[in-house]
Amino acid sequence: MKKSTEKILRAAENGYLGLILVFLYAPILTMMALSFNASKSRAQWGGFTLTWYTQMFDSSSIMAALYNTLYIAFMSAFIATVIGTAAAVGMNSMKRTPRAVLTSLGNIPMLNAEIVTGISLMLGFIAFGITLGRTTILLGHITFNLPYVVLSVMPKLKQTNKSIYEAALDLGASPVYAFFKVVFPDIMPGVLSGFLLAFTMSLDDFIITHFTKGAGVNTLSTLIYSEVRRGIKPSMYALSTVIFVTVLALLIIANFAPGKKKGEEAA
Amino acid sequence: MSQSLIDLVNISKSFDGELVLDDLNLSVKENEFVTLLGPSGCGKTTTLRIIGGFEKPDTGKVIFSGQDITNLPPNKRQLNTVFQKYALFPHMNISENIAFGLKIKNKPKSYIQDKIKYALKLVNLDGYENRTVDSLSGGQQQRIAIARAIVNEPKLLLLDEPLGALDLKLRQDMQYELIRMKRELGITFIYVTHDQEEALTMSDYIVVMNQGYIQQMGTPEQIYNEPENAFVADFIGDSNILGGTMIRDELVEILGARFDCVDKGFGNNTPVDVVIRPEDVELVAPEQGTLVGTCSHLIFKGVHYEMEVTTPDGFEWLVHSTKLCPVGQKVGIHVDPFNIQIMNKPASEDEEAIGVNE
Amino acid sequence: MSRKLLAGPYLIWVIGFTVIPLLMIVYYGLTASSGAFTLANIAAIAQPEHAKALWLALLLSLISTVVCLLLAFPLAMILRSRGVGKGSFVVFLFILPMWMNFLLRTLAWQTLLEKNGVINGILGFLHLPKIAIINTPAAIVLGMVYNFLPFMVLPLYNVLSKIDDNTINAARDLGANFFQTLVWVWIPLSVPGIISGITMVFVPALTTFVISNLLGGSKILLIGNVIEQEFTKSGNWNLGSGLSLVLMVFILISMMLVEKYDKNGEGTAF
Repeated sequence: MKKSTEKILRAAENGYLGLILVFLYAPILTMMALSFNASKSRAQWGGFTLTWYTQMFDSSSIMAALYNTLYIAFMSAFIATVIGTAAAVGMNSMKRTPRAVLTSLGNIPMLNAEIVTGISLMLGFIAFGITLGRTTILLGHITFNLPYVVLSVMPKLKQTNKSIYEAALDLGASPVYAFFKVVFPDIMPGVLSGFLLAFTMSLDDFIITHFTKGAGVNTLSTLIYSEVRRGIKPSMYALSTVIFVTVLALLIIANFAPGKKKGEEAA
Repeated sequence: MSQSLIDLVNISKSFDGELVLDDLNLSVKENEFVTLLGPSGCGKTTTLRIIGGFEKPDTGKVIFSGQDITNLPPNKRQLNTVFQKYALFPHMNISENIAFGLKIKNKPKSYIQDKIKYALKLVNLDGYENRTVDSLSGGQQQRIAIARAIVNEPKLLLLDEPLGALDLKLRQDMQYELIRMKRELGITFIYVTHDQEEALTMSDYIVVMNQGYIQQMGTPEQIYNEPENAFVADFIGDSNILGGTMIRDELVEILGARFDCVDKGFGNNTPVDVVIRPEDVELVAPEQGTLVGTCSHLIFKGVHYEMEVTTPDGFEWLVHSTKLCPVGQKVGIHVDPFNIQIMNKPASEDEEAIGVNE
Repeated sequence: MSRKLLAGPYLIWVIGFTVIPLLMIVYYGLTASSGAFTLANIAAIAQPEHAKALWLALLLSLISTVVCLLLAFPLAMILRSRGVGKGSFVVFLFILPMWMNFLLRTLAWQTLLEKNGVINGILGFLHLPKIAIINTPAAIVLGMVYNFLPFMVLPLYNVLSKIDDNTINAARDLGANFFQTLVWVWIPLSVPGIISGITMVFVPALTTFVISNLLGGSKILLIGNVIEQEFTKSGNWNLGSGLSLVLMVFILISMMLVEKYDKNGEGTAF
């Protein structure tokens, strides 16, 4: 009797997990299906086609938006990672109070509503006479990426054994050499995940971009938003599918590659 | 014979296809202090978790006071557990922790208050009611974990390496405390440890386990003085384990020399294992020794000297003695007959794991 | 030593791109277009159309937050009991959808929810009554739950997976049944995660203008829509800033809650 109640419980759990996964991924699958839909209407299935995939490459507005999106995502994630990692190292050697103050201030863009962050940046740029354009988007993205990088690096830095760094100094390494040879490899996973997180956040952002972009500059998000009223071009679904599948493949390779798993277990 | 409180009958358990307990049978009498002793992975903690209700055996039964409780969830069992790392509730203060089980049973407030007081007194922590868990040391947390368990007046208390995280001095103090509490409470303790000294100090009865099998059960004296196989002899204290031949009853040949012993019934010219404790090896003048060797190693240990004496065949005897024998000096070895423990040789590896007590 | 200086660029960035811009909102919010000091922009929240938008946003975001919590808690418990990897797989599962554009994901719900959409197609096939929630507040709640559920699951999963198995076993050992264990041990121990999850869902839900725009038709206005329009259409920045200041009061309350209950950052999502 006991065994059967356990089985029922487990089946119920599986059902629940399944429902949540359907809920999370149904819209994504819908988008993917629509990218192959010959009918332009979102409500009807008009047969299978690859037209939208060829159109996507021909559309200069989509290609320009894609370039902007990737450029901003990469640059903002990279710059935020450099500044954020340095900040985490610096903050780690600060006294409690200044560190707490800087942490709280730095976390504002992460905790604050995006609309407020977006508006405040826009007002700030205009007040200081900075013309809104691609650069202002980039500055905005770096701003909200920074706390995520700090947050990813900080715990790794705290885990790092201080004696390792001191041992390197004791053996004659200069502080800079010791940091890059001994501390940095230790916090590398945090730096990497900070970069990836920042890249993801930037890629998916709409609201900050919406308020900090200049006329004529579009990322994929703002291009889609401008098309909402007129109807989204199916080539946009095609592009999103390509991006999604690429990322999925990369993440699967990175996470489940046999070589890496062994290394992790050994560590 | 007094009534048995808990019986494990033909218990088997495997995790991911790996057999952890193989057809285990164990019976614990009321008011005993029983220790499950063995190296990590021997199945002792799994046995405890099966009694506690946190694991279900694949086969077999758990009988508690004559009732089959194999499928009873932990919250319905009349026994309590003291967990390895205390497992106190971090969001509750000390008295809330101790009161937890009593509140579940809807005991009146005044009763709960009295119980908390009594339990804190028993574990020597009066006045700690309102302290937080964080503010206590490891040893104090351990006492609270015991207090939290015993206020429920369980018939049986399970303790899973409760002293493992404490430092040596504290561990020794707590051993005496546990013996005292056991006496005051008059309940049955099942205690899991890998520390043989702890087991010898506290237990009425020791169950030595290895690889999912019970190797030997007995009083601490029996386990120490009459190990039934090489594993037990090696695991409990230091010992010299040698291959030998039983020439006839009460005579054994070791390393080519014949020793008188007191064991009988092994047959004539039978290969056996011989265990000799290092403190039972007597160093005598070379001409008086049954065997002659050279001292190859010497350390002063305080109570005695620890020496290694190498006999010509290359065997290194471990010797504990108050007599000093400088390194390089020839010395005779003598062992009294009743200090020689003879064991059957295991016929196969599997039998080695099972032991020879069946 | 000089290692602290490494935080210098960050400090400058935080001041230049977070603190000063926020002060700009305060400045605009407290001045009229002439530059004179006024509280009118803040008092404007009392105007019926603004008050209604704020009230509706509060209501919908509260509902979404509760729904997210109710969905996420059992989910996090199941994921914990399965011991799903080192947390990385769970994070992977919930971050992955972010790689499909947020707007497109939300728009997909239009397709799914439409009168002749996918869901009604399935319901019709099963001879069940059709649903008509597109362009209603219910669709907005669904969109909020969909977009912000991961922000509830991740912090909850993080706190739950830090709870020692034996703490739960101890409660069971002392006689607690499943519900007693839930109420007295699971929930109190996950408070940091619950609070952090609540704010991470509540704040973006309260302030959204995109979800209401895409799933609510253009007729349902939340406070986020009102503010957005002041900046992009009406061009009354002072009013928009004033209303943002009102909104920030709610955000500040949330931040203070996190500060109080999640001191060690146990409940952080990432």
